[in-house]
Amino acid sequence: MSAHSEASHGTMGQLMIGFALAAILSIIPFALVMMETDIAPTTLVAIIMGLGAVQIVVHLVYFLHLKSSTEEGWTLAATVLAVVIVAIVLAGSLWVMHNMNANMMPMSEGNMIMDPEATPGASMSGTHEGHN
Amino acid sequence: MATEAHVQAPETWSPIFGRLTLDWIPYHEPILVGTFSAIVLGGIAAVLLMTYFKLWGPLWRDWITSVDHKKIGIMYMVLGFIMFIRGFADALMMRAQQAMAAGGAEGYLPPHHYDQVFTAHGVIMIFFVAMAFITGIMNFVMPTQIGARDVAFPFLNNFSFWMTVAGALLVNISLFIGEFARVGWLAFPPLSGSAFSSGPGVDYYLWALQIAGVGTTLSGVNLLATIFKMRAKGMKLFDMPVFTWTTLCTNVLIVAAFPVLTATLTMLTLDRYLDFHFFTNDLGGNAMMYVNLIWIWGHPEVYILILPIFGVFSEIVQTFSGKPLFGYKTMVWATACIMVLSFVVWLHHFFTMGSGANVNTFFGITTMIIAVPTGVKVFNWLFTMYKGRVQFEVPMLWTTGFIVTFAIGGMTGVLLAVPPVDFQLHNTLFLIAHFHNVIIGGVVFGVYAAVTFWWPKAFGFKLDDKWGRRTFWFWCVGFYFAFMPLYALGLMGVTRRLQSYMDQAWQIYFIIAAFGAVLIACGIACGFINFAVSILRRKELACGNDPWNARTLDWATQSPPANYNFPQDIVVSGRDYFWKMKQDGFKWSTNYSDIHMPNNTATGVIVAAMALVFGFAMIWYIWWLAAISFIGMIATVIAHTFNYNQDHWIPAAKVAETEAKGEVA
Repeated sequence: MSAHSEASHGTMGQLMIGFALAAILSIIPFALVMMETDIAPTTLVAIIMGLGAVQIVVHLVYFLHLKSSTEEGWTLAATVLAVVIVAIVLAGSLWVMHNMNANMMPMSEGNMIMDPEATPGASMSGTHEGHN
Repeated sequence: MATEAHVQAPETWSPIFGRLTLDWIPYHEPILVGTFSAIVLGGIAAVLLMTYFKLWGPLWRDWITSVDHKKIGIMYMVLGFIMFIRGFADALMMRAQQAMAAGGAEGYLPPHHYDQVFTAHGVIMIFFVAMAFITGIMNFVMPTQIGARDVAFPFLNNFSFWMTVAGALLVNISLFIGEFARVGWLAFPPLSGSAFSSGPGVDYYLWALQIAGVGTTLSGVNLLATIFKMRAKGMKLFDMPVFTWTTLCTNVLIVAAFPVLTATLTMLTLDRYLDFHFFTNDLGGNAMMYVNLIWIWGHPEVYILILPIFGVFSEIVQTFSGKPLFGYKTMVWATACIMVLSFVVWLHHFFTMGSGANVNTFFGITTMIIAVPTGVKVFNWLFTMYKGRVQFEVPMLWTTGFIVTFAIGGMTGVLLAVPPVDFQLHNTLFLIAHFHNVIIGGVVFGVYAAVTFWWPKAFGFKLDDKWGRRTFWFWCVGFYFAFMPLYALGLMGVTRRLQSYMDQAWQIYFIIAAFGAVLIACGIACGFINFAVSILRRKELACGNDPWNARTLDWATQSPPANYNFPQDIVVSGRDYFWKMKQDGFKWSTNYSDIHMPNNTATGVIVAAMALVFGFAMIWYIWWLAAISFIGMIATVIAHTFNYNQDHWIPAAKVAETEAKGEVA
C-alpha cells in the first residue's frame, strides 16, 4: 500500500458532508413526487433532472475526490473526456431521434386529410434500415 | 444450426434442462455432424499427444494460469487465428452459395442456415478475430515499448483473456447445440426481439458478446492504467513510441464505447427475457433507438480495430526505412483527432432511416472530416519512406499492400459519406466491399505484418521469407478478386445478405468473387504453413535480439524476452530511445538486483469457466444452473481477494543466470 492510497481517501468530515448532501438531493425529488404537488410535470422533470446532475457532481467531488490536483490532473482530464462523450451521446441521440420522429412517425388523422401526399404507408417506409 | 423443424419447435420447459431438448441437437444435418466428428477426432488426437508428451502441466503452469503479458498476448493471437478459420469457413460457404444460387437455383444452403452463416461470420470476425488480434498485439508489444515489466493489473489481464475465450466458446457451442442468431451481426430489433426470433440463437449472440465484453472493457482499463502509470522513468508522453500512442487512444475508445454496447445489449436482453419494451413498437418502445445506440458503439469500434494497426505500420515503416518516423507529432495528433471524431459520425450508418437533411448533412460532413487525419497518416508513412533506405522485408511488403488497398477503401468510404450517394448504395454489396476493403486491407494485412515483425521477438527466430511472400501475394491478389466484383454488383443495386437471386447477369461477378475467396484460402494456408516450416527450421532461422535494427525499447529485451522483460530499470530520455542506446553502445550492467513479479493464478480461468456455464444456462433457461454458476463466480472472486500470496521476488543470481543465457543465444 503506497502513499497515494492514503492521500486520496478524504477525511471523515468530508465524507459526512458528501453523505448529507447526497441524502438531501435524493429526498427532495422523492418528496416532490410523493407529495403530489401542483408543479407542472415538465417543470417537475426538469427539477428532478437538475438535482440528479448536482448529485453526480457531489459524488465526484466528495466520494471520488475529483480535484485538479489528484493524480497530476489525470482524474480531471478523464472526467472531462467522459463528460464530453456523454454529452455527445445524449445530445446527439436526442437530436437524431427527435428528427426521426418528426419525419417518420405516421401523421395524425387531421394532417392526412389536409396533406394528401403524406400517406401513412409512404411515411413508414424504410424505418428499419441501417447498415454497416 | 437447426432445421426448419427446430425453428418451429414448440417451446417446452423442464425444470432440469430448461428449454433444451434433444430436438435442438442437429444430428441429422450431415455438414454439422461431419464438422462435429472432425473436431472430436482432432480433439482426441490433441489430448493423446498432449498426454504422451506430458504437456498438460506446462500448459497449465506456463500458459493458462500465466499473468505474463507476453504469454497472454500470444494466447490472444492463437485464439484469433483459431476463430479466423471458423469465420473464414463461413465466408467460403457464403461465396459458394452465392456463386450457385442464380436464376431460380437454390444453392446448397437453405435461407435459415444462410442467415446464421452471415451472422456468425460478422460476429466472429469482429469480436473474436479482429478484437482478439489487436488486443493480443497491444498486450505483447506495448508494455515492453514503455519499459515496463508487466501490465498494471496482471491478474485482470489473464481474466480478461479467459472471458473473451468464454464468449468465443459460446458462439461455437451454438453450432452443435441449438442454433445461432439469424439477424445480422448487430441484431437489430424488432427482428431480434422475442416476437420474431423466439429460439436461442439471439440469446447465444447476447450472452457471448456480454461475457466477452467484460473481458474487453477490463482489458481497456488495464492497458490505459499501464500506459499512464508504468512508463519507464523519464519517458514523457511525447517520448512514447507511436504504437503506444495508438494503443492509448484505442483503449480510451474501448473504455468509452464498450459500456454503450453493454447497456444496449442489456436492454435487448431485458426485452427478450422480461418483456420490457425498450425496442418494441408497443408500449412506448422504439426500435430505431437500438440502431442509434449500437452505432454509437459501432463506429468507435472500427477505429478501435484500426488505430493499433496504424501504430503497427508506423513502427514497421520507420524500422525498414532506417530513419525516424516523419511527423511524429502530427501522427500523435491525428490519432487523437480520430479518437474524438469517431464519436460524432455514427449516424452515417443509417442515413436512410429518415432523420432529415440537417442531421444527415452534419454527419456527412463529420465523416468526410475524419478522413483528413487518416490522410495525414498516409502521407507521413510515404514521407518516412521517401529518401529512406527501404528494405522490402515481408512486414514492409504488407505495409505497401496496406497503403494502396486502404487508400482505395478510404476513398469509397468518403463516397458513402455523401448522403444522396448513400441512399443509392445503402445496404448494397458496395458497402460490403467498402468495409472489407478497409478491414482486410487495414486490420488483416496489419496483423500479418505485426506477426511477421514481432515473431522473432516472441520466439527468437524469424518466419520463413519465401512462405511469407507467398502468403502476402495470395492474400493481396485474392482480396482484389474477391471484393472488386462486389463494388460493381453494389453499383448495380445488389443488396447484401441475399441467399439467392433471379438475375443471372450477376452470377459471373459472384463466381469471380468466389475465386478470390479461394485465393485468400491459399493465402491463409500459406500463412499456417509458414508457421510450421519456420518452427521446424527454427535453428537456421534463429536471430539475435534485434534482427531488424529497430528503434524502440521492445527490442532491448532478449528474444524471447525473460519474464521480467528488462534486467534493470531503464531511464529514458527522448524518443526512439533504443536507437539512442545503440548509438551510445549501451550495455546492461552486471550488477543485478532482485526483481519483483506477480504470481500466476487460476482464478481467471475458473471464473471465466463459470461465466461460460452461466451464459449457457441463461440461454437455455436452466435457472438452477444459472444461479449456481453466478454464485460460484461471485464467491470465487471474493475468495481471490483473500489470496495474499500474489507476488514473488526473482533473486539477482537468477537474473544474472538468465541474462547470461540470453547473451549466448
